[in-house]
Amino acid sequence: MPYILSIVTFLPLVGALILLGTRLASKSADAAAPAARWIALITTLATLAVAVVLVAAFDASSTAYQFVEYVPWFAGIAYHLGVDGISILFVLLTAFLMPICIVASWRSIEHRVVEYMIAFLVLETLVIGVFTALDLYLFYVFFEGGLVPMFLIIGIWGGQNRIYAAYKFFLYTLLGSVLMLAAMLYMTRAAGTSSIPELAQFGFDPLTQQLLWLAFFASFAVKMPMWPVHTWLPDAHVQAPTAGSVILAGILLKLGGYGFLRFNLPMFPEASELFAPLVMVLSVIAIIYTSLVAFRQTDIKKLIAYSSVAHMGFVTMGIFAGNEQGVQGAVFQMISHGLISGALFLCVGVIYDRMHTREIAFYGGLTSRMPWYAAIFLMFTMANVGLPGTSGFIGEILTMAGAYGYSTWVAFGAAFGVILSAVYALTLYRNVMFGEITNPKLKGIADIDRRELGVFVPLIIGTIWLGVQPGAVLDLTEGSVNALVATYRAAIGG
Amino acid sequence: MTLELLVTLGVFAPLLGAAIAGFFGRRIGNVVSQGVTTGLLFFSAAVAWIVFGSWTWGDLQPFTVQIAPFINVGDFQSNWAIRIDALSAVMLVVVTSVSSLVHLYSWGYMAEDPDKPRFFAYLSLFTFAMLALVTAADFMQLFFGWEGVGLASYLLIGFWYKKPTASAAAIKAFVVNRVGDFGFALGIFTVFWMFGTIQFAELFPMIAAWEGRGWEFLGHTWSALDIAAFLLFIGAMGKSAQFFLHTWLPDAMEGPTPVSALIHAATMVTAGVYMVCLLSPLFEYAPVASQIVALIGGVTALFAATVGLTQNDIKRVIAYSTCSQLGYMFFAAGVGAYQPAMFHLFTHAFFKALLFLGAGSVIHGMHHEQDMRKMGGLWKLLPVTYGVMTIGTIAITGLGIPGLKWGFAGFYSKDSILESAFASAGYSPAGLFVFFIGLFAAGLTAYYSWRLVFMTFHNKPVWKEEHAAVHDEPGHEHHEAQLETHDEPLADGAHPATDHVEGAEHVHHDDHHHHGPLKPHESPWVMLVPLLLLSVGAIASGFVFYEFFVGHHAEHFWREAIFTRPENHVLHDSHYVPTWVLWAPLVLTLAGTLFAFWLYVMREGLARVWAERNGPLYRFLYNKWYFDELYDLIFVRGAKALGDLFWKIGDIKIIDGLGPNGAAWASLKSAGRLAKVQSGYVYHYAFVMLLGVAGLLAVVIARWGA
Repeated sequence: MPYILSIVTFLPLVGALILLGTRLASKSADAAAPAARWIALITTLATLAVAVVLVAAFDASSTAYQFVEYVPWFAGIAYHLGVDGISILFVLLTAFLMPICIVASWRSIEHRVVEYMIAFLVLETLVIGVFTALDLYLFYVFFEGGLVPMFLIIGIWGGQNRIYAAYKFFLYTLLGSVLMLAAMLYMTRAAGTSSIPELAQFGFDPLTQQLLWLAFFASFAVKMPMWPVHTWLPDAHVQAPTAGSVILAGILLKLGGYGFLRFNLPMFPEASELFAPLVMVLSVIAIIYTSLVAFRQTDIKKLIAYSSVAHMGFVTMGIFAGNEQGVQGAVFQMISHGLISGALFLCVGVIYDRMHTREIAFYGGLTSRMPWYAAIFLMFTMANVGLPGTSGFIGEILTMAGAYGYSTWVAFGAAFGVILSAVYALTLYRNVMFGEITNPKLKGIADIDRRELGVFVPLIIGTIWLGVQPGAVLDLTEGSVNALVATYRAAIGG
Repeated sequence: MTLELLVTLGVFAPLLGAAIAGFFGRRIGNVVSQGVTTGLLFFSAAVAWIVFGSWTWGDLQPFTVQIAPFINVGDFQSNWAIRIDALSAVMLVVVTSVSSLVHLYSWGYMAEDPDKPRFFAYLSLFTFAMLALVTAADFMQLFFGWEGVGLASYLLIGFWYKKPTASAAAIKAFVVNRVGDFGFALGIFTVFWMFGTIQFAELFPMIAAWEGRGWEFLGHTWSALDIAAFLLFIGAMGKSAQFFLHTWLPDAMEGPTPVSALIHAATMVTAGVYMVCLLSPLFEYAPVASQIVALIGGVTALFAATVGLTQNDIKRVIAYSTCSQLGYMFFAAGVGAYQPAMFHLFTHAFFKALLFLGAGSVIHGMHHEQDMRKMGGLWKLLPVTYGVMTIGTIAITGLGIPGLKWGFAGFYSKDSILESAFASAGYSPAGLFVFFIGLFAAGLTAYYSWRLVFMTFHNKPVWKEEHAAVHDEPGHEHHEAQLETHDEPLADGAHPATDHVEGAEHVHHDDHHHHGPLKPHESPWVMLVPLLLLSVGAIASGFVFYEFFVGHHAEHFWREAIFTRPENHVLHDSHYVPTWVLWAPLVLTLAGTLFAFWLYVMREGLARVWAERNGPLYRFLYNKWYFDELYDLIFVRGAKALGDLFWKIGDIKIIDGLGPNGAAWASLKSAGRLAKVQSGYVYHYAFVMLLGVAGLLAVVIARWGA
């Protein structure tokens, strides 16, 4: 299938251009809104269909990059695309979450609908591009470019304090990306290529590796985000519209983890081994520290945002454990967290759309008025807690099993964090859902409707299916991860 | 139909029932929901008895049904499977028998509840998770079942979600179990990295070779098998509410009483004992860990019994009794007597479920009164309940005649445990210690068990005078509030024709509870039939199965499901203990019984006087050794304080203070420009960012091109 990667990457952009055309053609912004929703939905569904075809055609037994497209550009930079067992999953995850975001925004976004949909479609192209790009600079453009629509989504359609949040988001990410770009410049000159597969084979000398590792780390650690550069995330989430939070937590956070897997581990193995203790310590701190902070939050979205930081701690821990269980678990955890955190933010969106507040204290006793909502929210709360039978469990248990092989201390700390996740998640659920309804404003609150149910159903199926049959993901990643781990292990002589 | 297929259907039937009642409960209604779930459960029970029967009296060999792959990463290989051997056959029978009877009983007990489909869905879901647990062939499925029953327990404790005490208890149960699972998970990882497998069948043969080897954990080198066994045991401590991790079990009594009988007495809480017995090949080579198991079990047996002496809530007395009896099972397993531990698990399931359901019948008859101080004299009004409760009490106190080898169920299993503990003295250092603890606790058991019967069924009926007084228990009003939210007809078709008078009483019960005279009543037949069937178990399960579990047929019965080292002769020696060891439990039991009789029947009112004196020992016991207060101080407040510290100081003051809220932001603020910042500025930021990206790229290209 020639050009399938280009199609899956740029199909959303085509939809965005069509939207732009309708916007320019229509007299008022409002007139174009209904059509814009449908165009965006159809575009994202078509992209999902292409992504499914892509996965179906993928040969999991091969560890090579597949569906490679290579067109030399200028100055050694190439339009170079390709996917392996790791990146293909992220392409699928992005394509899967996007239609859900569009439907979730159907009613809650009322002004500048066309621009909003354009922002999402552009974002989709850029994010898928990150996962398909095999050239350093192509990667960089997608990686940094993706921030812009996200930045706009928060800054325009966000909450009251959106400027502060957007500013914070900008400040953090800019810092990291400057260092990464400098590192890329150096690598290209040193290795004489900007091709990611070739750079993975190059073998930088140890000292260079360390500097380059740190530069990439600065960028990816902010994206994850890792402790202590995580404080932009709660603010960004709180201010972002629901769908923005879904994409932020579901996909943008995974750029960091993906970057570690694509750059730090294969290109700088010795440095990875050297700095692994640092990453491990930061991961365990993230897991315990942010879980405790989450426990004390009064804003539902902030609580879930902090919980995301803790869950991303398992990802970094798994990656730098550098063994099969750890890395497979990390990839799985990222996919799983994409579904679960997305669903949790959608859960918040449901009651936010009705009551326009995210204060935990405002709620209480919703179960008696919203039984279906209660069941769905409970399911994702349990998935977030890592209950076996949900995808959340697989990622946590595998990354911890991997971490144990690296250091029992790390596994001990992470396992301790699993206790804390139950504390904050169940306390949140109780405070929002259980008890009598005491707030008179809640007396008339309606249960979820069909559209909202439709948003949740694919996420429920995905979370349970991956929890019971994790092989659906693990079999796909196995080849690429094993190759990655084997090269890493060989490089560090273990 | 092959047995494999039948067993598979039996395990999945409760899941089907849960799905039907859970998803379609509102559409198909209460009667169909409870009928379908209960029917499927009886099917499972029939399958379980077929398996257990052909195991016990036939020559069925162990087998495993492979269902599907689960997690497979490198050596970390696990599958969905159904493992049938002696241990799982015993557990299948216990779980499905009690569960099906509890389902049936709930038709009556939950008749007034508006949320019946949800209740039955949860019960069936629990049963499925428990069956997955007991039939697991590797650690991952075991863990799945382990946390799955924890989920069901959480859901059912918090079933009356409007009651704040119920949702608090549900969270407590889940979190304390998570503490146990923390150890359990680390234990699984230890096993995985030690042996390179998490499959029981692959693991067990490898264990002996690891004897005497060391293992690094948290910077120390430990005896490898001991550290693995100990970590796994922490999981068992949580699930089985052993000392230190027991605090959730009494609070779990906030759940509906059928739940207490099924989950918090007969099945889920015994999962820890089951796990230690299942892992006997490991524990046999982990002497230190085994001693810890024995000591924790012994301490729990005594501790819970002492607390049980003073409690006034009928369910809490039985909850502490459960805790104590689980302690017996653990110390038996700890001294190497796994068979008596499993035997006690088996008999205990029947008589403890009986006691709980009997208590439920009392509570039902007393219109949701649980304080025994407000009961009394009920034997005339609840004759059947009184009868079965007496049977259950005789069974738990282990009454029997050692010389004749005749007694109720508890007599066979508990005495077998005590005899094994005594016989293990030469083999297990903790043996004699736990023997004397167990002996003493047997006296306490008799006391608190009969105290319950006397306070409830004998004495003068306190409720006649006191029912008008306002109920001061905080949970009580909430429960009433819950019942008042009926949005469906109360008199449902589940009540048989003979029971119409009863049904009519239910309808009016909320009213007369507050206004009319309280009139305790006997329960409907759907509740009494399970009680009568469990009574049969409480009487006969010891007598019938003694020879199989611990007697002459034991070796054939277990068929290597339980491993004992060649040096471990505990079970054999337990049949040859001195005569005084045989009779001592009876003496202490009688002493406890007589003391309870003297205090609560002959000198009625004296106990209350003593309690009101409120001496330090009484307060210490009544307040459960102050564990809740201690844990609240250390863990709950500690977590809150740390959370606040990390959030308000760590994140806001330090990280944000040094970072984004530093100079730049402060200057913006002081310049008063912040107020003027409008959404238009966002475009500026975005533009700057784009410009930055483009500019840097330009530099790259220019330099590279040059």
